[in-house]
Amino acid sequence: MIRLALPAHLRTLARVEGEVLLEVPGRPTQRALLGALEARYPMLRGTIRDQSTERRRAFIRFFACQEDLSNEAPDAALPEAVVEGREPFLVVGAMAGG
Amino acid sequence: MRGVRVLVGTRKGAFVLTSDEVRDRWEVSEPHFAGWEMYHLKGSPANPDRLYASQSSGWFGQVLQRSDDGGKSWAPVGNQFTYEGDAGTHLWYDGTPRPWEFKRVWHLEPSLTDPDVVYAGVEDAALFRSDDGGQTWGELTGLRKHTSGPKWQPGAGGMCLHTILLDPSQPSRMYTAISAAGAFRTDDGGSTWQPINRGLNSAQLPDPTAEVGHCVHRLAMHPSRPNVLFMQKHWDVMRTDDAGQNWHEISGNLPTDFGFVVDVHAHDPETVYVVPIKSDSEHFPLDGQLRVYRSKSGGNDWEPLSKGLPQRDCYVNVLRDAMAVDGLDSCGVYFGTTGGQVYASRDGGDSWKAIVHDLPAVLSVDVQTLR
Repeated sequence: MIRLALPAHLRTLARVEGEVLLEVPGRPTQRALLGALEARYPMLRGTIRDQSTERRRAFIRFFACQEDLSNEAPDAALPEAVVEGREPFLVVGAMAGG
Repeated sequence: MRGVRVLVGTRKGAFVLTSDEVRDRWEVSEPHFAGWEMYHLKGSPANPDRLYASQSSGWFGQVLQRSDDGGKSWAPVGNQFTYEGDAGTHLWYDGTPRPWEFKRVWHLEPSLTDPDVVYAGVEDAALFRSDDGGQTWGELTGLRKHTSGPKWQPGAGGMCLHTILLDPSQPSRMYTAISAAGAFRTDDGGSTWQPINRGLNSAQLPDPTAEVGHCVHRLAMHPSRPNVLFMQKHWDVMRTDDAGQNWHEISGNLPTDFGFVVDVHAHDPETVYVVPIKSDSEHFPLDGQLRVYRSKSGGNDWEPLSKGLPQRDCYVNVLRDAMAVDGLDSCGVYFGTTGGQVYASRDGGDSWKAIVHDLPAVLSVDVQTLR
């Protein structure tokens, strides 16, 4: 199971607490992970990535294993530690505004 | 419950204010959708328990919420707004072409007769309709694809479709307004549209009387007389008596005719309200005095209404969707400010009271009269 951490506003929207545990069918990539997340929580569609283009929203970042994975190709493999559930995949709302 | 429900959208959440018919004591809900920008909430005239709310954020985009119990509980519905076909371009601030791009829903207008039908006015300007209670949305392309569409340009707040008026006497007729394109009317349920801006004069345009390009801030209609519309334009308060074919100015003795809101008394179609704002560069009342102006003659002759409103050191704004009226015998008038106050008058504007003082900046106010 992959551990995914959502920012507070999206936890509220999806009505979840803490990390989300997701089974990702097939090869575990960023695209597959977000697809599994949106399939379980349809209300999150469009809030992390565009529904048509699947492009990451500008103020959303993806972190894992102390790395910024935001600009990784959507079909690149996720880090092994994320796939094995040792590290969470973090969906982060960029620090902006005042 | 009999009484009034006021739906308030703010920069940081939505609030539901309720009162009985006396409208003296108000209950203020906890924030709904706390931390999100709530551009608009509106109830269905056909089923007052059915509410729609536009929830958005610069981080997370657009969410649409629906309540079936008068705002006690909410559930997200569809949030996919896709422009039909080739999106094409409009003009950017600098006059260069720019592809249409969905940003947010500014205004929701439920059908007068079917609680599952609702219209959404969005930025970049387009009109969408849902026939299934907000689950799915389809664009009424005739508006955006009007031949003038490539010439539309955003106002300072973005290129938003912010006003939707449904004609109760002709279900196929509706009006929309776009900043800064102008007002438009359809007579065939939204398939085709015509600009209705004749008589508008905007000195900011190369051609001040152009067919489109006018920064219309708000339209208002009394349901008993749907051919008469009132408009608060960027500058100028305007009126049409022929469904938008011709407009004439009714600013009259207003101390400034810049502003955002305009609304009509629930029982007297000739009684109109505006909140004059100093200028397009200073978005607050004149002289620090918050005053609603009322005309009982359909315009031109305006009287200031200040009883109960702050008359010194007041530098708030009242945004375009932030005024509404109730339908009780003594008409209630409501408006919200960027300072977080919602003011109410239960005597048609003669006197005012803040029914809540310290909300986040108010973006929209809508009112349901519950009988």
